Amino acid sequence: MSHSSVLTPRRRAFEFSSRALLLLLPACLLFIALLAIPMLMTGELSLHGFNSATSDVLATRSWHNYDRVLFDPYYQTIFLRTLGLALAVTVGTVVLGVPEAYIIFRMRPRWRAFFLIMTLAPLLISAVVRTLGWSILLSQNGIVSTTLVWLGLIDGNAQMLFSFWAVVVVLIHALVPLVILSVWTSLQGIDPQSCNAALSLGAGPMTVWRRIVLPQVLPGVLSGSLMTFALSASAFATPALIGGRRVKVAATAAYDEFLNTLNWPVGATIAVLLLLLNLLVIGVYGKLVERRIQRRLGR
Amino acid sequence: MNKNGLFALVFHGVFSVFLAAPLIIVCLVAFTPENMLSVPTLHFSVRWFVALFNDNGFTTAFCNSMGLATLAATGAALLGVPAALGLLRYSFPGRAALNGLLLSPLMIPPVVLGVALLRLFNEFGVNGSFTSLVLAHVMLIFPYSLRLIMASMVSLSREPEHAAMSLGASAWTTFRRITLPALLPGILGGWVLAFASSFDELTATIFLASPATITLPVRIYMSMTETIDPMVAAVAVVIIVVTIGLMFVLDRLVGLDKVLMGKN
Repeated sequence: MSHSSVLTPRRRAFEFSSRALLLLLPACLLFIALLAIPMLMTGELSLHGFNSATSDVLATRSWHNYDRVLFDPYYQTIFLRTLGLALAVTVGTVVLGVPEAYIIFRMRPRWRAFFLIMTLAPLLISAVVRTLGWSILLSQNGIVSTTLVWLGLIDGNAQMLFSFWAVVVVLIHALVPLVILSVWTSLQGIDPQSCNAALSLGAGPMTVWRRIVLPQVLPGVLSGSLMTFALSASAFATPALIGGRRVKVAATAAYDEFLNTLNWPVGATIAVLLLLLNLLVIGVYGKLVERRIQRRLGR
Repeated sequence: MNKNGLFALVFHGVFSVFLAAPLIIVCLVAFTPENMLSVPTLHFSVRWFVALFNDNGFTTAFCNSMGLATLAATGAALLGVPAALGLLRYSFPGRAALNGLLLSPLMIPPVVLGVALLRLFNEFGVNGSFTSLVLAHVMLIFPYSLRLIMASMVSLSREPEHAAMSLGASAWTTFRRITLPALLPGILGGWVLAFASSFDELTATIFLASPATITLPVRIYMSMTETIDPMVAAVAVVIIVVTIGLMFVLDRLVGLDKVLMGKN
């Protein structure tokens, strides 16, 4: 062991690490059986062919499914829509979440605690419940469309549910607390005196915000938006219930292949590609954030 | 510095309404006396809660979800305490990778985990059974449990343990009498958070539940794909009440801010 010193003989260190193994064994067995093996099986499944006449998985293996999912316009649309959805939701959560976090931060302590909990509570409320609330609000005779008709912005027949933008709004609602949370964490590192100093030297509130607050909360914005992107790219319940059949995304497409058309190999292919997309974004974006933070610390 | 301008306050007001509106509307609609979805104006009624109580499908799903969440959270805690000890108190090659593996259900899209588990359970002919559902949920919610247990273990002072050991207590006695009681708030907090996550889990469970083992979120999802009636809103109110209760307990045990901050 690298940490063995004069006081800790090698034998003792070995005994230590075998005890660690014993402690970790039950959890590891569970994760190997229920995570590692099924993921490998899914990867293998995605290589198989499928006979749609008999609904049989063929024994032959090839890259055919990847060829199909990556180049067929039908699946391309689904993946592009998933990306567009994740981008739109990420931009929306940042545009709403960053100012809101700053506003809560500037409140008096008592209000601050109250509104922080109020803002973060939706994170813990079930996704199904949130989606239900939105489908009531956005239904044909619901409050939102009644209000918009009354304001003369839309006519009475406009359908708000089952549209791309409805899914965007509902996902923003679900994920904006994450951005607020991570911006909040970096806001707490700001010294209020530096803001006061800027103000007393004649800077306007916008200048203080742009030159002092924004640079300091940027890491929080980046990590919050990363989570938002990953979670909205893999969202299932909201696109399925708010978007319906017309707004198919990768997660709902995989569901349909598995449980409706029963084409498991193609479903597995979509799942693998969704996972790769997620890991790629997390990896690249994570590196970007890290570099940004390091550059700031190094300066 | 402490003064928000008028524009900021208006933004804050609109934003708060945006956040609260869907939850408020669900709570209002659940108390409608009408047969269809409507916001009650003059009369409130609990008829949909009575109907819900007599609905076999929803009560079965509720009991399934309660049993599943209890067992899965307990399983995650039983595996989580030794795993946290192993990860934090020993250094060995591959520790970081193992830590990553045990937290990975948070990084993998739940729909991917769902199809992977469906394939596995189907291969062994056990898909839809309650046992397979419990095992799957233990894995899915394990990261929540592990994180809170590890967080409380990190802040634990080692001195009482060393004192007990030097006074002749065995490793097991030290763990049982000193370490475990000190970790209890973290373990219970992790249990509650894991319970809540299991109780809410939809996307992976939808692939794994059979009509007999259907959970509440899956049941609500299924009925929402057909039609939305006030009874679904009544179920949602029950879930909101359960969740608020759990949040309150969690706040008492470990502090809600810690749980939320620990989530990312």
